[in-house]
Amino acid sequence: MNPEKPSKIDLNRNDMPKQSPEERRHNFNEVALGYTAEIAMTEAKRCLQCKKPRCVTGCPVEIDIPGFMSFVVKGDFASGIKRLKEKNCLPAVCGRVCPQESQCESQCILRNKGGEIAIGRVERFLADWEAEQSEIEMPPKAKPTGKKIAVVGSGPAGITVAGDLVLLGHEVTIFEALHKAGGVLTYGIPEFRLPKKIVAREVEYVKKLGVKVVTDYVVGKTRSIDEMLEEYDAIFIGTGAGLPWFMDIPGENLNGVYSANEYLTRMNLMQGYLYPGSATPIKKHARVAVVGGGNVAMDSARTALRMGASDARIIYRRSHAELPARAEESENAEEEGVVFNMLTLPVAYIGDENGWLKEIECIRMELGEPDASGRRRPVEMPDSNFRIPMDAAICAIGNSPNPLVPATTPGLDTTRRGTLVADQETGKTTRDRVWAGGDIVTGAATVILAMGAGRKAARSMHEFLSKKP
Amino acid sequence: MNRVIKREMVVPNMHLLVVEAPEIAAKIRPGQFVILRAEEEGERIPLSVADWDEEQGTISIIFMEVGASTGTLACLKSGDTIPTCVGPLGNPTEISNFGTVMCVSGCYGIGSMYPVIKELKKAGNKVLTVLEARSSYLIYWLNRFIPLSERIFTITRDGSLGMKGHVNRITDIINGLASPPDMIIVNGCTFLMAHTSEITKSLGIKTIVNLNPIMIDGTGMCGVCRVTVGNKMKFACVDGPEFNGHEVDWKEFLARRKAYVDEETLYFRKSAPKPAVHKEGKCQS
Ligand SMILES: Cc1cc2nc3c(=O)[nH]c(=O)nc-3n(C[C@H](O)[C@H](O)[C@H](O)COP(=O)(O)OP(=O)(O)OC[C@H]3O[C@@H](n4cnc5c(N)ncnc54)[C@H](O)[C@@H]3O)c2cc1C
Ligand SMILES: Cc1cc2nc3c(=O)[nH]c(=O)nc-3n(C[C@H](O)[C@H](O)[C@H](O)COP(=O)(O)OP(=O)(O)OC[C@H]3O[C@@H](n4cnc5c(N)ncnc54)[C@H](O)[C@@H]3O)c2cc1C
Ligand code: FES
Repeated sequence: MNPEKPSKIDLNRNDMPKQSPEERRHNFNEVALGYTAEIAMTEAKRCLQCKKPRCVTGCPVEIDIPGFMSFVVKGDFASGIKRLKEKNCLPAVCGRVCPQESQCESQCILRNKGGEIAIGRVERFLADWEAEQSEIEMPPKAKPTGKKIAVVGSGPAGITVAGDLVLLGHEVTIFEALHKAGGVLTYGIPEFRLPKKIVAREVEYVKKLGVKVVTDYVVGKTRSIDEMLEEYDAIFIGTGAGLPWFMDIPGENLNGVYSANEYLTRMNLMQGYLYPGSATPIKKHARVAVVGGGNVAMDSARTALRMGASDARIIYRRSHAELPARAEESENAEEEGVVFNMLTLPVAYIGDENGWLKEIECIRMELGEPDASGRRRPVEMPDSNFRIPMDAAICAIGNSPNPLVPATTPGLDTTRRGTLVADQETGKTTRDRVWAGGDIVTGAATVILAMGAGRKAARSMHEFLSKKP
Repeated sequence: MNRVIKREMVVPNMHLLVVEAPEIAAKIRPGQFVILRAEEEGERIPLSVADWDEEQGTISIIFMEVGASTGTLACLKSGDTIPTCVGPLGNPTEISNFGTVMCVSGCYGIGSMYPVIKELKKAGNKVLTVLEARSSYLIYWLNRFIPLSERIFTITRDGSLGMKGHVNRITDIINGLASPPDMIIVNGCTFLMAHTSEITKSLGIKTIVNLNPIMIDGTGMCGVCRVTVGNKMKFACVDGPEFNGHEVDWKEFLARRKAYVDEETLYFRKSAPKPAVHKEGKCQS
């Protein structure tokens, strides 16, 4: 019998060690503590090593999941991480933030029996194990090609393109508008879910590979794409989806009403959670309502709790079943004490005489026929308006691409949604020598899709550069 | 990282800062601004650019010391560095031959108005310059404006230079002209911009203001700079900072600018020692 193959099916998915809800709701330390080597090996042993692994088809970048699992079973973590990194250059990040329950893990053959393999947790373990080793193996670098590449934006898409192309021998510079690199991973996702030192490590890694990172540089303002094309052989645009939506309801400009981007940027990028130890002022609101049901909403509500809110609630117009957030995060939020007001839609913000938010007027919703997304459409229930007293409201209903680069680049076509038109397989845009990928092309999506798009674009750019005289 | 070439106090509480920023100097137009951080872990603050030298690769800023970040900037010496200077941000002032343009400025706006007036003059406009301050000793760069202006008016609260009084005296200035100006541009504190707009609205003279809401990124990402103009939500950093003063919701604007006063004061006290804030030259925004 094959010693690596489990003799009988084990459905006991290993729990993630976590800080207790009572403890963690008062601190910004990471909630999930990570598997130990022992737990990781036990979990990996449960993998059935399917001949036709369905999990791989559920992964947007087709990581060889049974492959890395088999190394973990043997305790050969070095080979495991190597296998993982063949497809995913940001495993420490993806292991923490990917919606595994709707990707790889949703396809696991053990899912039906209620014991799918905790793929994300093992992925995270491998990445964290590697980071602890004193010597990280540096991949071989091709000899210099003399080709120069500019990458606009330092989110997961940009970091991936830069890392891949520098290894192929090209000279790569990342231009980032903010003063810290990392994109949403740095300014959006909070410390307690994705510690900033992990993001910093990924940025340091590409720097070590030879990528130059220029911060405080707004492409389209400091220099246009056309001007950059004079200096660079090719350009990748990975500027993300950073333009916050508001609902266009009365009172949205009252003090105390924030976009999630503002709230989270103040906290993360500007380290507001350390205020008054940091320079960026933060209001400590007692009652905070967050409008929306995605990861951004959960992050905002959980941040508000940690900032001392006694009442942090989610206001969402559909029901629990439709919450777009990662399941783990809405569960964590609930455990921590975030209240969920489902089937509720804000219709107006009401202020006091000084221009501060005082109450939110809402209307109750019910679910009707399915809409284009396949989810049941929420409809307003007539005469069901009611008011909730609140000190702050955070609008987390979505983001669209920032128009700055498209607006200053003639010939770079956009869709009606403001996303860049780019080839699905290669990321090639409608402008010569310009590629794009990540949220700027897909609209707000996920880290893994942004990383995957970066990979594909890097391949296509390299092909182009190899032919270019 | 940007090197400080020079930092000096031009009038009490108002400083000139010259920073090395060659790419910005090559690109910037009148009316645009930059975002600075005075120190690592410091906040990001927007400041208009008052002058630049493309050859030297430098930009000049006039800033008023009002709190923690501007307090730190006020301590800079030549040779120091600041961690962030990003720009040029915002849209440039629209410049063409409008005819006669009245340029009203006060406080740090006197600095940011200078490049606007230079360009207006170049485009063939007659420029009427109005400078407003508490007292004569707070007016700076007068010599720069003389050769560019058709006429110069000064309003001082104590009457030490030119007309005595408030922004309200703008009515008298306009009434004293043979014909009203074709356009008015106002740079400075909120009080000056809001009141001038109020006055010129009743006179029916187009008025452009350079808004200064709280900002973070300056690229349209956070939305903290949102203002209501013509009943529409605008992001001042990307849609502005210049808007039609008659369409701005000034009450909302004032409330939003004051959002963090308590927290700023707390941080300012905590982050001492800092140089004393001279109450004298302070605007009422
Ligand atoms: C709060 C929050 C929580 C999230 N949680 C999850 C999660 O749990 N799981 C998940 O998979 N996804 C999550 N996402 C989504 C995920 O973060 C994004 O899909 C992903 O970061 C997109 O990567 P990107 O590289 O396309 O762009 P971004 O990460 O948005 O990076 C773009 C970068 O480009 C810079 N930039 C923009 N314009 C310019 C310019 N003109 N010049 C120079 N630089 C510019 C920006 O400053 C930014 O740094 C979350 C998003 C948010 C906001
Ligand atoms: C487009 C624009 C151009 C500007 N140009 C100039 C200029 O040329 N010279 C100049 O002296 N000032 C200018 N300002 C205002 C300047 O940004 C603030 O005075 C500065 O941020 C104050 O920071 P502080 O930490 O020293 O004071 P704080 O104690 O933080 O604040 C004092 C007051 O300044 C205002 N303020 C605080 N933070 C900000 C912020 N991030 N953005 C805008 N206002 C803020 C608030 O009303 C606050 O009550 C401009 C603002 C904008 C938006
Ligand atoms: S400053 Fe953030 S959107 Fe304008």
